Amino acid sequence: MSKSYTPGLKVVRDAKVSKERRLPLKGNVHVNIDDIVSSDTIIASTEIPGNVQMINIANQLNIDPNQIENCMLVKINDNVEKNQLIAQSKGLFGMFKTDVKSPIDGKIINVSNITGQVVVSEHPIPINVDAYIPGKVKDVYNNEGILIDSIGTFVQGIIGIGGEKQGKMHVLVDNPSDKVKISSITNSLKDKIVVCGSYIDLEIYKKAKSIGVKGIVCGGIDYNVISEILGYSLGVAITGTEDTTTLILTEGFGNINMALKTFNILKENNNKDVSINGATQIRAGVLRPEIFIKSDGSGESKDFKENDLVISIGSIVRVIREPYFGKIGKISSLPYELDQMESETKVRVAEVKFEDSTKKIIPRANLEVILSS
Amino acid sequence: MVDLKNIKTILATDCGSTTTKAILIECINGEYRLTFRGEAPTTVEAPFEDVTRGVLNSIIELEELSGKKILDGEKFINTSSENTDGIDIYISTSSAGGGLQMMVGGVVRSMTGESAQRAALGAGAIVMDILASNDGRLYHEKVKRIRELRPDMVLLSGGVDGGTVSHVVELAEIIKTANPKPRLGMNYKLPVIYAGNNKAQENVQDVIGDISDLLVVPNIRPTLEEENLKPSRDKIHDLFMEHVMAQAPGYNKLMEWTDFPIMPTPGAVGEIIKKISEVENISVVGVDIGGATTDVFSVFNGEFNRTVSANLGMSYSICNVLSEAGVSNVSRWVPFKIESLKLTNRIANKMIRPTTIPQSLEDLKIEQALAREALKLSFIQHKEFAVSLKGVQQERTISDTFDQKMSGETIVNMKELDLIVGSGGVLSHAPRRSQAMRMLIDSFLPEGITQIAVDSIFMMPQLGVLSTFHEKAALEVFHKDCLIKLGSCVAPLGQYKINQDLLQYEISTDEKKYKGHLKYGELLLLPISSGKYSCVIKPNRNVDIGFGKGNDFIGEIYGGEVGIVLDGRGREIYFSADENERINQILEWSHQTNEYNKEEINV
Repeated sequence: MSKSYTPGLKVVRDAKVSKERRLPLKGNVHVNIDDIVSSDTIIASTEIPGNVQMINIANQLNIDPNQIENCMLVKINDNVEKNQLIAQSKGLFGMFKTDVKSPIDGKIINVSNITGQVVVSEHPIPINVDAYIPGKVKDVYNNEGILIDSIGTFVQGIIGIGGEKQGKMHVLVDNPSDKVKISSITNSLKDKIVVCGSYIDLEIYKKAKSIGVKGIVCGGIDYNVISEILGYSLGVAITGTEDTTTLILTEGFGNINMALKTFNILKENNNKDVSINGATQIRAGVLRPEIFIKSDGSGESKDFKENDLVISIGSIVRVIREPYFGKIGKISSLPYELDQMESETKVRVAEVKFEDSTKKIIPRANLEVILSS
Repeated sequence: MVDLKNIKTILATDCGSTTTKAILIECINGEYRLTFRGEAPTTVEAPFEDVTRGVLNSIIELEELSGKKILDGEKFINTSSENTDGIDIYISTSSAGGGLQMMVGGVVRSMTGESAQRAALGAGAIVMDILASNDGRLYHEKVKRIRELRPDMVLLSGGVDGGTVSHVVELAEIIKTANPKPRLGMNYKLPVIYAGNNKAQENVQDVIGDISDLLVVPNIRPTLEEENLKPSRDKIHDLFMEHVMAQAPGYNKLMEWTDFPIMPTPGAVGEIIKKISEVENISVVGVDIGGATTDVFSVFNGEFNRTVSANLGMSYSICNVLSEAGVSNVSRWVPFKIESLKLTNRIANKMIRPTTIPQSLEDLKIEQALAREALKLSFIQHKEFAVSLKGVQQERTISDTFDQKMSGETIVNMKELDLIVGSGGVLSHAPRRSQAMRMLIDSFLPEGITQIAVDSIFMMPQLGVLSTFHEKAALEVFHKDCLIKLGSCVAPLGQYKINQDLLQYEISTDEKKYKGHLKYGELLLLPISSGKYSCVIKPNRNVDIGFGKGNDFIGEIYGGEVGIVLDGRGREIYFSADENERINQILEWSHQTNEYNKEEINV
């Protein structure tokens, strides 16, 4: 049988999670295999090249480019200070010399006798990579990074903004359909990661941000609100570099309740330390936002396999497109033949029995397997 | 190497960013025909991270549909005389993994920069940025940009042969300073193709030979009047296989499976568009609207151009279409009232769940509204790019006094356009062919008389790669199974007064004579099936149907699966400013062109 895979999001307890932590460029790794790391341990660091400035020496000294080496007072790889003399013309009878000074503190990285230009680079910018999640170092990639293994609750959202954050999680509502009130956003939430149940508006986000809330997890938000937060329209879902309070939507755009299972699993972990990341990349190599809470390791760890994402009779699924968007049900039949929809599109379908016992025919592509435990 | 004469069964896949499509081509009674097609979601992402999973799934679907065994586990069964199962050859194209992302460089942005861009686009790449000596950015800004983008490959051109050396070397120095790391894999050097001034080759080698995998090819612009794109395009294809594909998840395995090199999908579609134009001696515009990008191809007077609108697509980048077109331009095509907030949320939900399909008619209409705007924007970009070489000296005579053309003008001439071919899910899989025809007409706005066709089930990429080594098989399948001629569009140019009489028409088929008038604002469909029919069109004296104001057309016109559309809506199309009137306008156009079920039109 051919298999219908769905873009199922993970909502699991005691999941075995492996995280690669890599440097953007080669550098130094500070931990070893089997080391235990906490989420804020610096595991590797490197330096990225500093900004550069180009000086057209040939122009400034009024000489041909191939003569500049005769006028240079410093060499490639020499460190220079701001206003240090780096080139000087020969002048006339040793007089009327023209000077060129370095505009910055840095290093000479290129002297070109073809273009007559000298490139000075500012000092390198240090980059540190932390562990992001607590766990054990499984593997070390020489000069590049590490692989961390951990066991804990792992919840994927559908889209997020903002990068990695760590903090204590605080669930603000009692039910997944509850909407958080603006009065609930108080100064006590500073540095926390808050769970808001259903839908939030711009006012709530702004207040949370002004207080210093590190992250927000909720069911839905209007697309226009995301654009207002970002200051531009989110054209393609590639996020994570925004310098703002991280926001993770578990369901999608609009006024949508958080799925009960997701809400319950988050509620169980109220007041625990969590690591979240809003980075999303919905393109090849899909990356979904995530929430991780390390468990004590007493539960049985689970791994998900390819077949877990295959729709089969009995699978619990969520409809991810109108007209039944958000409804949860169980697959009761998987007809082999193509079926014609109201839109006249002929597609492979599934019969889904919803929680209210009604049955509907839904395109298989519009279903998402709920991976949970 | 396989002997072409012995190829009877061909398996071809296209690994798109969303779905992997497999087709089976078989030689039946001496003729190559498409026999079956299967598809499955592409699996380059976690948890699979192996493109071959999706490929195998699409092939398993083919096996189920055809009843033919192709796979033995994960190995292909080869055909044999005693067994009808198996295949003779397997080929593939790919745009998964984000496609091929390149940066190009040239001294003057509108000259060598654009030539380099044309070469990269023609080879099937996405051009992330054009680096040029005159692009207005400061040295450090260019360095920063290269570092941020981390292209898969760089094509560096600049200067005509014997021309400027210092500017070209400066570009090389910028690349050296940036020292970018490839997007995929830390352990290999960035491939840089140098296709600039031949007198600067050694200098460029000195500057970036150490930090990159430098390959030198003949100049892309040896003189101002000449563009030589082929050597660069060929080298890009080679490097795509060697470097980029080898880094993407599962591709090493896929490369071992295929009998011919994997081609980037847009490069393969370009091949087949060029073939159509060449064989039929016509000017063609082709479009492939995908989930993330929209590619437009054109051939006018033998000159091929391809553009890729990297962020105009129907799923991954659907919100970018919304943002670039504006909500009002999208909603003007929607034939019902919908709050802007609800509309944008629905569209955004498609972006985050890109593989879903419209189940309700309302959703289908919203998607098709967006497709019109995505196609329109992509075509505008294409027209701006497909221009004559800039910087070329024009020789003029006295006869050119009143008809002076500048260098750098678009070569896309809508009045000369013979055929528009649409491809991609939203067009090929539209529930009704009339919907595809309407989307193409509404977005491309053909002028005069133009044939419209679609790729029946989106197999142009596979046929493109097939055409590179087995032209007969590719063209036979293309004409018989791939290209579906929808019909023709007759559209007067310009704008007039509502209900003004534009033209009289008379088209004779074997069964019937179609005769009547077309008024401004009207859209009519004559259900004339495939074939060539005699036709007389007499425009009113101030109306131009592509042959000058008031000039008649007496000749032949093509029918098709949909028919002949007489489009009197003007160029640009006129929409009423009143919302209720606009909705009625759209419903009437839908009704006239049999776009949706009559009882469903009022959804």
